[in-house]
Amino acid sequence: MGDSLGRVPDVPKISAADVSKVATLARLSLTDDELTTATAELSAMLDHFADIDALDLDGVEPMMQPTPLANVMREDIEGETLDRDEVLGQAPLTEDGRFRVPPIIGIED
Amino acid sequence: MSDQPTTAVDLAWNVRNSVSKAVDVVDEYLARIDERDGEINAFNLVLTDQARERAAEIDEMISLGRDPGPLAGVPVALKDNLCTRGIPTTCSSKILADWKPPYDATVVTRLRDAGAIFVGKTNLDEFAMGSSTENSAFGPTKNPLDTSRVPGGSSGGSAAAVAANFAAVSFGSDTGGSIRQPAALCGVVGVKPTYGAVSRLGLIAFGSSLDQIGPFAHTVRDAAVALETISGHDPGDSTSIQQGPLDLSRTLDSGVEGLRVGRISDLPKGASPDVEERLEAAFDALREAGAEIVDVEMPAFNYGLTAYYLIAPAEASSNLARFDGVRFGMRTPAPDTNSMYTATRTDGFGAEVKRRIMLGTYALSAGYYDAYYGRAQKVRRLIANDFAAAYAKADVLLTPASPTVAFKLGDKASDPLAMYLCDTYTIPSNLTGDPGMSVPFGTGEHGMPVGVQILAPALKDHVMFQAAATLERHMQNHQDQNVSGS
Repeated sequence: MGDSLGRVPDVPKISAADVSKVATLARLSLTDDELTTATAELSAMLDHFADIDALDLDGVEPMMQPTPLANVMREDIEGETLDRDEVLGQAPLTEDGRFRVPPIIGIED
Repeated sequence: MSDQPTTAVDLAWNVRNSVSKAVDVVDEYLARIDERDGEINAFNLVLTDQARERAAEIDEMISLGRDPGPLAGVPVALKDNLCTRGIPTTCSSKILADWKPPYDATVVTRLRDAGAIFVGKTNLDEFAMGSSTENSAFGPTKNPLDTSRVPGGSSGGSAAAVAANFAAVSFGSDTGGSIRQPAALCGVVGVKPTYGAVSRLGLIAFGSSLDQIGPFAHTVRDAAVALETISGHDPGDSTSIQQGPLDLSRTLDSGVEGLRVGRISDLPKGASPDVEERLEAAFDALREAGAEIVDVEMPAFNYGLTAYYLIAPAEASSNLARFDGVRFGMRTPAPDTNSMYTATRTDGFGAEVKRRIMLGTYALSAGYYDAYYGRAQKVRRLIANDFAAAYAKADVLLTPASPTVAFKLGDKASDPLAMYLCDTYTIPSNLTGDPGMSVPFGTGEHGMPVGVQILAPALKDHVMFQAAATLERHMQNHQDQNVSGS
């Protein structure tokens, strides 16, 4: 069973329960149909991405970003900031110069 | 469309030397947009009044003897993920449909200071995720050369805007090929510069270690001038390289005598025969012009797609966490914050964005981090090592920009993985941060343009431009022999 790398393609890499958990973590809500579709799509992708499973990556230094720059600092001096009214003017709801949100501890879903 | 479009360099020269007025230039472009963008849908927003006002200011400066800059009076289009203060910046997403940024992207400031005139904000795949501009909340953009076909993506609106001559120059962002692939499909020049050469301040982030802003243009020289204008250190972007603007125009006509052009012998298969044929013709053209063709091996190139589609969604899932209905964009009301976040994001994001957020969240989640994100970052290193070895033998590399010419609208819309494969040749240089550009090099199937991709080591953008200019000159000198597979 399985291909040359010993993978068994019929077993999905990711289950509907996994996808549902991921959606919750990402603050997305899926209908039952969307969950079925997403599970199939993500499984197909992860199958494709299994091409790197065969690579020996022991001792390879992970690459986070392309530049040699690290911890770029600037002088701690006052600079221009964004205009508060302009920023708040683009928010869905504000009150007294602040962002307004619904209760944080509220009704559990 | 049969007339050669006026180049940005010529437009600016004419305006600066009072041969033409900026207001007339802008009106000509706005008229073309008015006539044809209903069909193409390159723009999310046309800035008719602002463009005319700015053109009048440019003309006023000229009449007072002041120089508005190297892009004086040049009509420019901006991808709608580049922040423009007080002007809607939507990322072609419902979640940002009404958002007006409180600041300008650094590239926007630099272009304005150089005398450019913004004619509009262009359509994209939502949050720059896609390869066809079909994933837009505001409808797809059509390829101006054949409106039954896609313009490529994600910067499809910007590519189409130049191809239809709605703008002399446009700007896009390239995370995995989003400038080079649509440039190839629309038959224009498109450049992803070295990572860090252009400030990302005010580019709405997709994959922060991969994103880079670059130009679309009719000619290699226009692209060079456009890129010189926007490049150079910006203290507002901590990943911006600490050096001045790229110097590209000066050496543009230096040719390729003695240049070592690499052919990747183990390049992933999958390009169609017409594209392969044009790539061979490009090798021949460079050889004719004095370049030496050398074979290089890059065994990890093929793994770029996997590394990218784990790393980019992981970064996107983190970057797009800010769209939560609190500070900007839309909000779907709900009784408590947590359900408000979920309701807003569920209503506001389209299918492809949700797919990538979930993929990225999964790749980063506890128990899977090492298996997916961690391994992908190691593969990224292998790819960088391959490039370093290749660039020890070759000054530039040549590959297809896209595996095929522009495909039909709807052809890949229901198969995300097939769409991802469009990026096979462009992705690796995003992972490494090296520059890449697509140059039109004749036509393939259905008479549609084929783009050849030139890759170069970091900060060797000028060498890449020399090769590009050589291919462009070859095309101008051999107009009739550049068709294959039709």
